[in-house]
Amino acid sequence: MDFFNRFAVPHPSFLIYGAMVSIAIAMIAVVVGITYFKKWGYLWREWLTTVDHKRIGIMYLIVALLMLFRGGVDAIMMRYQLSMPDNTFLDSQHYNEVFTTHGIVMILFMAMPFITFFFNYLIPLQIGARDVAFPRLNALSFWLFFMGAMLFNMSFVVGGSPDSGWTSYFPLAGNEFSTSVGTNYYMIAIQIAGMGTLMTGINFITTILKMRAPGMKLMKMPMFTWSAFIANVIVVFAFPVLTVLLAMGTMDRLFGTNFFTTDNGGMDMLWANLFWVWGHPEVYILILPAFGLYSEIISTFARRNLYGYKSMVASMVVISIFSFLVWAHHFFTMGQGPLTNSIFSITTMAIAVPTGVKIFNWLFTLWKGKIVFTTPMLYSILFIPLFTLGGVTGVMLAMSAADYQYHNTMFLVAHFHNVIIPGVVYAMIAGLTFYWPKMFGFMLNEKLGKWTAWLLSVGFVLAFIPMYITGLDGQARRMYTYSESTGFSTLNMVSFIGAAIMAVAFALLVYNIYYSIRYASRDIGSDPWDARSLEWATHTPVPEYNFAIIPEVASTEAFWDSKKKGHELFKGKIEKIHMPNNSPLPFIMSCIFFVFGFSMVFSIWPVAIIALIGILACLTYRSFEKDHGRYISVEEIEETEAKLRGAKK
Amino acid sequence: MKELFPLKQVMGFVFSLVLTAVALIAYFTDMSFSLGMTILLLTAFIQAGLQIVVFMHAGETNDKKSIYTNIYYGVLIALITIFGTLLVMVWDM
Ligand code: HEM
Ligand SMILES: [Cu+2]
Repeated sequence: MDFFNRFAVPHPSFLIYGAMVSIAIAMIAVVVGITYFKKWGYLWREWLTTVDHKRIGIMYLIVALLMLFRGGVDAIMMRYQLSMPDNTFLDSQHYNEVFTTHGIVMILFMAMPFITFFFNYLIPLQIGARDVAFPRLNALSFWLFFMGAMLFNMSFVVGGSPDSGWTSYFPLAGNEFSTSVGTNYYMIAIQIAGMGTLMTGINFITTILKMRAPGMKLMKMPMFTWSAFIANVIVVFAFPVLTVLLAMGTMDRLFGTNFFTTDNGGMDMLWANLFWVWGHPEVYILILPAFGLYSEIISTFARRNLYGYKSMVASMVVISIFSFLVWAHHFFTMGQGPLTNSIFSITTMAIAVPTGVKIFNWLFTLWKGKIVFTTPMLYSILFIPLFTLGGVTGVMLAMSAADYQYHNTMFLVAHFHNVIIPGVVYAMIAGLTFYWPKMFGFMLNEKLGKWTAWLLSVGFVLAFIPMYITGLDGQARRMYTYSESTGFSTLNMVSFIGAAIMAVAFALLVYNIYYSIRYASRDIGSDPWDARSLEWATHTPVPEYNFAIIPEVASTEAFWDSKKKGHELFKGKIEKIHMPNNSPLPFIMSCIFFVFGFSMVFSIWPVAIIALIGILACLTYRSFEKDHGRYISVEEIEETEAKLRGAKK
Repeated sequence: MKELFPLKQVMGFVFSLVLTAVALIAYFTDMSFSLGMTILLLTAFIQAGLQIVVFMHAGETNDKKSIYTNIYYGVLIALITIFGTLLVMVWDM
């Protein structure tokens, strides 16, 4: 029995037991459901072993939406806890666990897969390719990411959640102060997911550099592809820092090394330093693809080409270097001297300049445009002022002397939600709405969509603007409660109401999906928005080979010019197409990684070693495996094309 | 005969052996820590450059430009990270 004791949650509550029961029920229901409808074979053939970038993309989307739900529930619990003084809904330990989980889930397991979904689904289509450069690696990326995410989420019901913040600063995160296995989960689950992300980065850099359609020079790429390219370059250079950091943290916790301890020559502050060496570039990894999506949406619905293409690209290239130059602004108060703080203050303010350039470019695009107010456009228009507010408060925080006042207060919390929600989350929903018809062959309801956008914005303003005020008045972040006499209660109640409105908005989004599945017209053709770039030039639903004939590109807006100026995209005739084979290996290997991670978390060494051998065996097998892919014959392509043309009329 | 003999590779191989030998001096002789570190760092970076250019054919395809851009960018980021960290954690603490 002793052996099993370690899996118990150290600080249980009825919420956690409730979650255990509901997770168990949900899992049984899923297994029974799949068995009943005899879908195991379908699931295995079409999804678990797939290497198709579109399907992998959709799986990323599903994980992102599930994690959005999980992180959202955490958020509501926190806001409810703080809505009244001396509330006892959550105790301090639970509050710690909830805000830690919320941060990690939202950044690493919601926002990251969401942008990766767009990378996967859109990039090959936008550059006129048939898949990514390394399809099998892509599947491995997804499954590693998935297993990391699941391992992390398991901490809630097995062994206890991490509780030292999403930043997990040492010495708090060390063995002395974090005694449960929670922080082990943090170190190992993020490590596994991070490996997947790093591979994604390499994969997409290669794809974009090597697989563009003939004629698509770098300066003719659609803006989303550009933004994704820069984001992936940042991934490749920032994530290794996280990998090393987590490995050092793991060794401190499991093997008694002294990288971040306070004695024996350890440097506890080095964790904070290296965390942000990765962490600040990470926020730009999230925001750049979001900017790319806004660029696509704004030029589509302003019905004109993007203003200042070159300056857009230049500003992103500058950001790709500058995002590595500002990290110390996250710990101005740590004790380094005024010289350091001044340098990082200035670099931080400087990075607002290229960001500002982009804002002006969008405004100028709108300026001469004939604006069509669709749902994605509404999000983009709401994004501009709201995000600018977040940028301005960012510059306030960037002043190191003033930051002594703002740091670790609700003001900071307001800042980063102010950039992440209108910046990233709006872009994700706008992009999802925009590309929904491409993926599923029908549009989401516009009326419900606009309601969602407005509700979300009202909720957002109510939830986060008050935090600027309470923050300036001294309400610290990560405090689980406060007393009546502080005077924070009214504004915190307003925040809770705002958060609740946002929850309603998300529910409305879900209802919109349901409603549109049932009632939306399926007769929309392959270009319902009258859009501009290549992804709209192929059929809906997209055939597995994407383009029967590889398009030839002559401008930034190839598809638009083919529609309006009569450029011919598809020259030549259909030839047989070479496609990669499906493979179970990425899935199997990631399952073994899961076992490995789990046994590392609980220090069950024999299992960990066996799993490690299993991983090596998979790698060896792959090295000697001969797989030359397969061909789709011309007849088969013509048949599919004829069918799809019929469907699209 | 001249075209068949991979002179560049053989020279590169010899040179990398020399670099390894020089690095070993730091271990086998009694020198100050900073001198030893200097030798190790120098030989390590020259070695890495040699491997990339001679044996991994960095400059031999049409991807030359993107490969070198990537390498320079990587070196830049690495230097920023290292010297920035030194500044924050040691020099200005
Ligand atoms: C105009 C550009 C920006 C500036 C000048 C800026 C500045 C800052 C500064 C100085 C801090 C640290 C404050 C403190 O801890 O006291 C900070 C925190 C943060 N920023 Fe920004 N920021 C900008 C844009 C963004 C963007 C675009 C994102 C994300 C998409 C973002 C996400 C964050 C996050 C997540 C934190 C807090 C992390 C934490 O401590 O948990 N920021 N920002
Ligand atoms: Cu930052």
